[in-house]
Amino acid sequence: MTATSSAPGERRTRSRRWGAVVSQTALTLVLLAYLFPFIWMVTSSLKPSSEIFANPPRLVGSSVEWGNYSEMLDYLPFGRLLLNSVIVAALGATLAVLVSVCAAYAFARLRFRGRNLLFVLLLSTLMVPQEVVVIPMFTMMRTAELDNSYLALILPWAFTAFGTFLLRQFFLNLPYEIEEAAYLDGLGRFRTLWRIVVPMARPAIAVLFVFTFLSYWNSFLWPLIIVNSLDKATVPLGLQMFMGQNGNQWHLMMAAATLSVLPAVLLLIVLRRQLVAGVALGGLGNR
Amino acid sequence: MTEIGSASAQPEGRTHDHPAGRADSRATVVSSRGRRAPRRSRADGRSAAGFLSPLVIGFGVFTVFPVVYSLVMSFYDWPVFGQRAFVGLRNYSDLFDSDSFRQVVRNTLLIVLVYVPLNIVCSLTLSIWISGRIRGRNWYRVLFFIPAVTPVVANALVWQLMFQPDGLAQQLWETVLPGQAPNFLGEGNWAMAVVVLMTLWQGVGYNTLIFSAALDAMPADVLEAATLDGATGWRRLRTMVVPLISPSIFFALVMTLIGAFQIFSEPFILTGGGPGNATETLVTYLFHTGFKEYDMGLASAVAWIVFAGILVVTAVQFTLQKRWVHYDGDK
Repeated sequence: MTATSSAPGERRTRSRRWGAVVSQTALTLVLLAYLFPFIWMVTSSLKPSSEIFANPPRLVGSSVEWGNYSEMLDYLPFGRLLLNSVIVAALGATLAVLVSVCAAYAFARLRFRGRNLLFVLLLSTLMVPQEVVVIPMFTMMRTAELDNSYLALILPWAFTAFGTFLLRQFFLNLPYEIEEAAYLDGLGRFRTLWRIVVPMARPAIAVLFVFTFLSYWNSFLWPLIIVNSLDKATVPLGLQMFMGQNGNQWHLMMAAATLSVLPAVLLLIVLRRQLVAGVALGGLGNR
Repeated sequence: MTEIGSASAQPEGRTHDHPAGRADSRATVVSSRGRRAPRRSRADGRSAAGFLSPLVIGFGVFTVFPVVYSLVMSFYDWPVFGQRAFVGLRNYSDLFDSDSFRQVVRNTLLIVLVYVPLNIVCSLTLSIWISGRIRGRNWYRVLFFIPAVTPVVANALVWQLMFQPDGLAQQLWETVLPGQAPNFLGEGNWAMAVVVLMTLWQGVGYNTLIFSAALDAMPADVLEAATLDGATGWRRLRTMVVPLISPSIFFALVMTLIGAFQIFSEPFILTGGGPGNATETLVTYLFHTGFKEYDMGLASAVAWIVFAGILVVTAVQFTLQKRWVHYDGDK
């Protein structure tokens, strides 16, 4: 009796369970198709050069050519590019975080004349596209004889209204009492910030660091304008230069592309929580 | 119109005392900033100067000054080498008189009109799909996000390989369809389609994450109801889910539109703006005039046209938002 009466419900749950399986499988297929360009990139980087355009197409070549990577490294000083990228992105992100932490603290906790006006002015520049700044910046850097240098790659993008805004919002949500007590105990403003506020704001600071790091890492237009030698080129620029010289050696270009994609993917997987949190806060902007 | 919209949004606004409140509590703190900030000695002014000076100086040098400088440059004939001369609005009038620039504007608008709606629709679909009954949903979100964090140049290289003559796309086309496949990157409309497709591929993951964050903050049963099949699910989706996450959709729309006006790396690497100038965008055009032809004045004028376009479109967005965006505190 009970069994018959519950049968329709059971059928419904069973069909729902099936629905979930179908949905999950379909989504996985979509994901695989979505990531296919990366799969093609990696497998092409390991094909013999004669099989890049093999007809009919084959996902995996007849042999696995690890030698492509060492051959690519003969043409392209990839280690150098990687080092440049790491230097620029790490220093840039550190500078951006330091500057933003200080400014955000002032906007969140200090009272001074013109605070709101300054903050609004700062926010209004969030709309300014990179392209507007890039042309005069090029002439400025040339005048200062800083073109083709790390400084030129780092400095222009380290003073961000976005970072200041993000951290200020976070600071405003921190409990004020601890800071108040520390300050009354005679801890100076700077030490209060450094010892009390910064440790509490670590998640937000991590988010800002990761996002600034990635935007330096992927930046292309500005390095293309200001750097003209492999000596100071970042990974994307080095790839583009390499492409100009070895335009038809696809197996080597795919090896280079794979190596430049790898760090970003690893970073994404390791720091996925911070990244997801950062996007939820409206980070990354456009690059 | 507006009243109907906000009336339907209200019950939901009341029902959830969920994490969705996070964003709003932040908003309240902002507005109560004055009350929260402590009364303090005048020494605040001096320490504020200390804390702010790095930002203010850097920002002045690297943002405010260049912005003004660039506007000035746009009124000059300003070659990289040689004499500069004030020419008033001539750079602007030259641009709008030139056929190639008008083509570039048309290309960019076409990209904006096709890419932005496609991006929003795809990422909305994907995020709702993933937020349904999917195991390991955070992994899916992260994996769809990969193309957004890998260097655009590397991404564009493999796309170029796939759409080369005799490349994968052409071979697959010829296996499945009769007749000869188009030369994807060599024919204007096809090249444009590939550029848009690649841009879409890179942009969807980011908006999917944005929408996912909003969906996670939503009461589970609302989403559950909306992922039902058929007409009911569809209606719930439209009348409940979309209004609930409309602030996120608005944010994504604004950011995606701004990004679409600035598309550069994808066409630059994939097609170099070609064939002819079929995939030349405002920013690739800016790069060519400024850094290949060394006409900095003209390039600055292009930059200000991009800026103006962004400002107008964003302003329109903000005026229209009252009609469809429901914030929690809406009256």
